[in-house]
This record gives sequence, structure tokens and C-alpha cells, in this order.
Amino acid sequence: MDAMAEIRLTFFQECEEQLVALENGLLSMQEGQTDSETVNAVFRAVHSIKGGAGAFKLGALVSFAHVFETSLDRVRSGQLAPDADVMKLFLRAADALADLVAESREGTVGDATPYAAVEDEFNALIGGAGDENEDSGEIDFQPISTGFSMDLGNGAPVEPLPNVFRIRFRPLRELYSKANDPLALFRELNRLGKVACHCDFSNLAFLDTIEPEDSYLSWDLRVETASDLATVREVFDFVEGDCDLVITPESASTSLALASDAPPPGLDITAILQKVRDEAPGIAVSAAAPRQAASAAEASGVKQEKTAVQPTIRVDLDRVDRLINLVGELVINQAMLTQRVLHSSHVRDREVTSSLEELERLTREIQESVMAIRAQPVRPLFQRMARIVREVAEATGKDVRLRTDGEATEVDKTVVELLADPLTHMIRNAVDHGLELPEQRVAKGKPPEGTVRLAAAHRSGRVIIEVSDDGAGINRPRVLQKAIANGLVPPDAQLSDSEIDNLLFLPGFSTAQSVSSISGRGVGMDVVKRSIQALGGRISIASSQGVGSTFTLSLPLTLAVLDGIVVSVDQHTYVIPLTAIVETVKHEPSRIHHVGEYSFVLRVRDVLVPLIDVGAELGVRPPSSEVRSGVAILIETANGSRSALLVDNIQDQRQVVIKSLETNYKRVDGIAAATILGDGRVAMILDVDALVCMRHHERGGTEIPFAKAS
Amino acid sequence: MTEKSPGDPSRQAEFVAFRAGRLEFCINIMSVREIRGWAPATAIPRSPTYIRGVINLRGIVLPIVDLSMRLGLPATEPTARHVIIVAQVGDRAAGLLVDSVSDILSVEGSSIQPTPDVASTLARMFVRGVIAMDGRMISVITLDHVLPASELEAA
Repeated sequence: MDAMAEIRLTFFQECEEQLVALENGLLSMQEGQTDSETVNAVFRAVHSIKGGAGAFKLGALVSFAHVFETSLDRVRSGQLAPDADVMKLFLRAADALADLVAESREGTVGDATPYAAVEDEFNALIGGAGDENEDSGEIDFQPISTGFSMDLGNGAPVEPLPNVFRIRFRPLRELYSKANDPLALFRELNRLGKVACHCDFSNLAFLDTIEPEDSYLSWDLRVETASDLATVREVFDFVEGDCDLVITPESASTSLALASDAPPPGLDITAILQKVRDEAPGIAVSAAAPRQAASAAEASGVKQEKTAVQPTIRVDLDRVDRLINLVGELVINQAMLTQRVLHSSHVRDREVTSSLEELERLTREIQESVMAIRAQPVRPLFQRMARIVREVAEATGKDVRLRTDGEATEVDKTVVELLADPLTHMIRNAVDHGLELPEQRVAKGKPPEGTVRLAAAHRSGRVIIEVSDDGAGINRPRVLQKAIANGLVPPDAQLSDSEIDNLLFLPGFSTAQSVSSISGRGVGMDVVKRSIQALGGRISIASSQGVGSTFTLSLPLTLAVLDGIVVSVDQHTYVIPLTAIVETVKHEPSRIHHVGEYSFVLRVRDVLVPLIDVGAELGVRPPSSEVRSGVAILIETANGSRSALLVDNIQDQRQVVIKSLETNYKRVDGIAAATILGDGRVAMILDVDALVCMRHHERGGTEIPFAKAS
Repeated sequence: MTEKSPGDPSRQAEFVAFRAGRLEFCINIMSVREIRGWAPATAIPRSPTYIRGVINLRGIVLPIVDLSMRLGLPATEPTARHVIIVAQVGDRAAGLLVDSVSDILSVEGSSIQPTPDVASTLARMFVRGVIAMDGRMISVITLDHVLPASELEAA
């Protein structure tokens, strides 16, 4: 990859970050958080994209970002109130900007119509287009003009303002190449108060040696303002690092004449600083250099985001994955080593044992650290959902607000990626089917604006993601009617509420009265459920008529390891995931009852649960009509039903590395994956939900299989 | 697959020849990844009988196919002398349990003869042609159907 392509790649990666920051900021603004910090963050994001796009000659992106930026600037300067309509436009613009960035990255910017529409709305908003197009990405700096003095004062005589700052501003070449214009900065300053400006062109080269794109001019400005130092600095926020900037507070009483005169040569900064120290003790001046003084003031002011940012590096995902695989091997090898050493009879050395334990501890720590590299906050995923909500809300004519919680919750990158589709579907369902139309809501005494809540949290080693709406809730009679009509349940079936809710997960079930383009294409929640299960997760529904529904996803933190117990069944070794296990149960004949030739139930504290012989279920031994001896393990399936698994004995409880069986073989019913145990042999990880489900299918029985099916 | 079609007379290809169930077979050397000794496999529940199970090949879970059984011949009773040929099958890898590896053959396309009509349906699923050499008859087999179809293919 050549250097330019690499820089370009970095630019687009940064764009992604800026877009996230943009959307974050806009959402907080929508929540009513319109302080200057938030607005500035939003402005900065758009501005950075514009700046970078200018450098890569991405014209469409630059001009769109420019209009966007101009409108944001109006909000920043208080000329435009960020009301609900404006915020909606901004959010739509953010979506358009994201699309435009994506298209620019692919180099497929073709149809500009959708952007033009938003652009037009912006132009309508900011009152006429084209009046501020001077910095639309073109570097039109012409260092021809000679001595001039610019008075940007408001004309009318004003009261002397309390604070006076002297600003020495020398733009570097980078400032211009990032499509910034000093004039815009001066205008900004002018807004703060009275500005006197002097241009220093002494560095200007002769025409024969002049480098047209270089920077030769510098300015001395004197600002009389009511604002404080931090506010004045803020004006230069976006050009920081691209210019030499010295801002020195000057007490109004000792105002120096600075108009059309050249500044005193060799400005004694230290002396001025001393003066500041004497006369303005309120301003925190901690060091001798004014630059530092300014940053100290800044640090005590509103801008603190820099301290919060931790240094990061970008790493190829492939490298991380290779590391994870290697650590997986290390874990297996460590376990093998331990087992071999401890099993060889002549080594019973205490030191060896403790070294092995230390090795195990270290290995586990390395593994956890490596896994943490892959962990990512769910925030970007949630942000994508915000966009889905907006689009579906617009298409359905509903007023929807998305509330998110726990966006910082970290999950394995793969889980985050694979969650996008099911979550999109659920969010669409929530808006399209869950929420009522505004007038219906008002009729029910609810606020016209519906709320969809998306929340993530860590709970006992798993990630819980909830999608809830405050809509009508599941219309159970209709669901049942539909299921009967589709022949999914017998007409005389008596189903509990939760069984009816679970009908939604049946293949081919859709309650949408009319099939809309948004959701309800007949492939609905069953696909969602399958994808969640493929991730080793579970899904459940809670719904209350008229109040809303909540879908809860419970997902593993990582797809690479799993805690489980190792059990033996007739010379075979299996692993049962710990998350499914409720408890191990004393297996006494008096607690076991026959319910059929090969069927038994186990009484656990007066509750009868089916007892499943794992060996017979997997076909490794014939079903027995006698109760086998062994250990019963009480498990809970995704939909909350309990069963007991009968195994011969429990060998161990340990963390195992998950190995796909599908890579080289295929999916096997009742088996979730494979793993490699300490002796180097492969063991199967049981899929308890499927085991229980298979049993229902095979035995038929009195229960309604599909309602319980998981 | 990587096997040459028998109708391509000009191309020369190399084959790994092996014995399974008293007969001799060969597969294109390009699909062979490695050859290793027999190691006990972990049974996969609900799998066809010709799947001996899976083994741990340096962290990869590798299914083992009893090739003799897969070709409709008697099941193999694996001992330490038996061999596993690790082969690439489409985008999956499989271990083929065979009696022994006998040869590496360099064969021109023209010397591969079409499968005789006497072969069973099962054999015809795998045998792409036969090579007659030094009084031996070696069947050229393709591995396309050696593993049960994965769900994607079956769908």
C-alpha cells in the first residue's frame, strides 16, 4: 500500500470516529444538552471531516460538510435555536454525511440527489445559500495584498469591555491546507467584542521565490471583550497546532495602542506575563510561558476532553485473532502438561506442583488479557440502531425516541458484529409493531412520542441486552388466533401467556396485519432467535398489554472460551456449559418416578422435572427402562423451563476453549461445539437447549412442543 | 476439486496411492496436507457410522472418515500401524483413515481409464477413473462427497 492510500485509509478511519462523535453529540443535544461543549464537539466532528476531505479533494463531501458546518455554526453562535425540527434535520444530515463518507471511501459518489435535498434544507435554514462559500475546500489564499489594516470593529462606539487580549497569530502552512481561513477566525473574534487587527507581512517573500501555498503572513490582534481567556482561545480551537498562537491578557487600564502600528519588536512576553500575574490574579498562571498559561486556563475551563482520551493503537484484527488462537493453544498445552506431570507417578514434587499452578494462573491471565483486546463497547452498535429507529419512525409516521443505556458495556467484537442483524430486526419490530401511532397513543393517555429503550449490561459473566418499547404489548388473542389459523397449534390448545409469547419465535410467524416493507416479511423472530442461539445466547419476551414489551437477550461475553463442567457418560466425555446449569442434584431412586417406559421425572424440592439420559439422547447407549445410577444435573433452558440431565459422573469444572465443529464437519444436533481437553483429546460441548428440544420432538408427549421449543 | 479430469491427456499429475480394505486407491497429491499415524478419535454423536469421530490436529478439530467404510467396504479396525491422510475437501479438512500409504504415482492423464461399469453406485460416487500399473489396479477417487454435506450445502 502506498503512503497516500495509507493516509487516506487513516482519514476514513478517523471519519468513522468523527461520525460517532457527531452522532453522540447530536443525540445529547436532542436530549437538551446544548451547552457550548456539546455543540463544539459536534461542530469539531463535522469540521474535521471537512478538513480531511479537502485534503483528499473529495468535493461532494467537502461541500456537504461545509453547509452542515455553517448551520452548526449558527447554533454555536446562538443565531439558530436547536429545536426539535432542527435537531431532526441535523440527525438526518449526520446519516447523509455517514453515507457520503462511505461512498467517498468506495469512490462511488454518484447520485447526489439525497444529499442535495438535505443541503437545500440547510440552506433554507441558514437563510440563503452561497454567502459563505469562500472556504469550500479550495485554497484560495493569495498573498498579494500588501500593507493594510483591517478594522473589524462594529462601527458604533461601544462601552470599553472589561477584558483585553493581545493575540499574536501566525498561521502555518497546514492551516491553509486544512481548508481553514484566518478571516473566519477573525470574524469569530469580532463576535466576541471589539477587534483591532494588524497584519505583519514582513516575512513575505519576493515574487521570484514565493511558494504560493506557503504561509507568510502573521497578525497581531487586540480584542476587547466581555468573554474570558478560555472563550477567546476556543475561537482558535480548530487551528491549534496549525499555527503559532500567543494570547496574552492585558488589563484594560493599561491598554496599549495597537491599531495600525507595527507591534513592538521582540515583545517581552515574560514582562507581560508578570503584569498579568500582578494585575489579574484570578487567572491561573502556573508557568512562565504564556502558551502554558493559556493551556492552564483552558484546563480549568470547559475543555477537558483531552485529558479523558487514553492513548490507543490501531492493530490489524488478523494479528489479534492469531494471538488469540495461539493463546488458546497455550491454554490447552498448559492443561496437557499439568495433567501429564501430575499423572506420571514419580513426580510428586511440591515445587513442581506449585510451579504448574503458577503457570496455570499466568496462562489464564494472559488469556483474559488477550480476550480483552477483542472486547468492544456496544456503543457503535447502538448508534446504528438509532439510525434504524429514525428511518423506521419516518416510514411509519410514528414519533419515536430511542433511549440507550450501558453503551460502554464491552462484548467480544464478533458478538457485536453478529448482533447487528438480529438487533436491527428487533428494533424495527419494536417501532413498526410495538409502538402505536401517535393519535392512538394519545387516545390511550400516553405521550404521543413512543420510546424504544436499548440497554446493555453485564450480569454474571454474560451480556444482557434488552430491547423494550412502551407500545401496545403483545396482542395475545391475535397471536393465538394467527397461530391457529396457520395450523401452528391445535384450535383447542390452552396456552399460557408465556407460551403464546413464544409462538412469535416460530418459523413463518408474522403478526403484522399488513406485511410492510419494514418488518413482517414472514421471516421474523425465528431468524432472530436462530442467530442469537448461534451466538450461544438466549432470548426471552416479557410483555404486558397496553404497557409494552421487552425482549431480553442473554449472550456470552466471548465466543472463544466457556466455563463448563466435564462429565462422563459411558466412556465418553462431554462438557456442559456452566451458564445452563442450575445445580447438581442428589440422585436417589426415591426421587425418581416413571412416566413411560423410557421416561422418568426427577423430583427436585417438590417440583417434577424431566430426567434426560444424556447417553441415550445422544445415541451412545440404548435407552434403559431402569433408572441408571449417576449424577443428575439440573439445567435451565433459554425459555426458562427446567430439566435434569443424567450423566455417570462429574470429572471437573474448568474453562474450555471453544472449537467449531462446523469448520471441518457440520452442525450436529445436541452438540454446541467441540473443545480440546487436558489430555489433548477432543470433547463435545453439549447444547442443552437442543437436547431438551430433541426430546420433545421425539417423545411428543403432552406438552406443546413448539411453544416450548427453543 | 483438484483432481484432473481423466479426459485431459496431456497433463501429468501426481497421486498419493494407499490401501484401504484390501483395495488400492489414490488421490491427487495437491489435496493431501499431511500424513500422520492413527490416534484415537472422539465419537461425534448422531453421525454416520463411517465417521470415526474427531481428533485434535494441533488445535484443529478434524473429522476422521473410515474411507474403507465410506466406499462400501468393511469397517477398518484401526491399530497403531494405520494411517490418517489429512486432506482438503472443498473448504473443509478431513482425515482419511486408511490401512497404509503405498506410493506416490506420477501419471499422465491419458493413462487414467474410465471407471468400469461393474462398479457399484457408491463406488461410482467416488471413483473418477482407474490406473492399471505393474499388474495393480488403482482407483482414482475424488473426495467431494467423503464428508456428509454441511448444512449450507444441504440447504
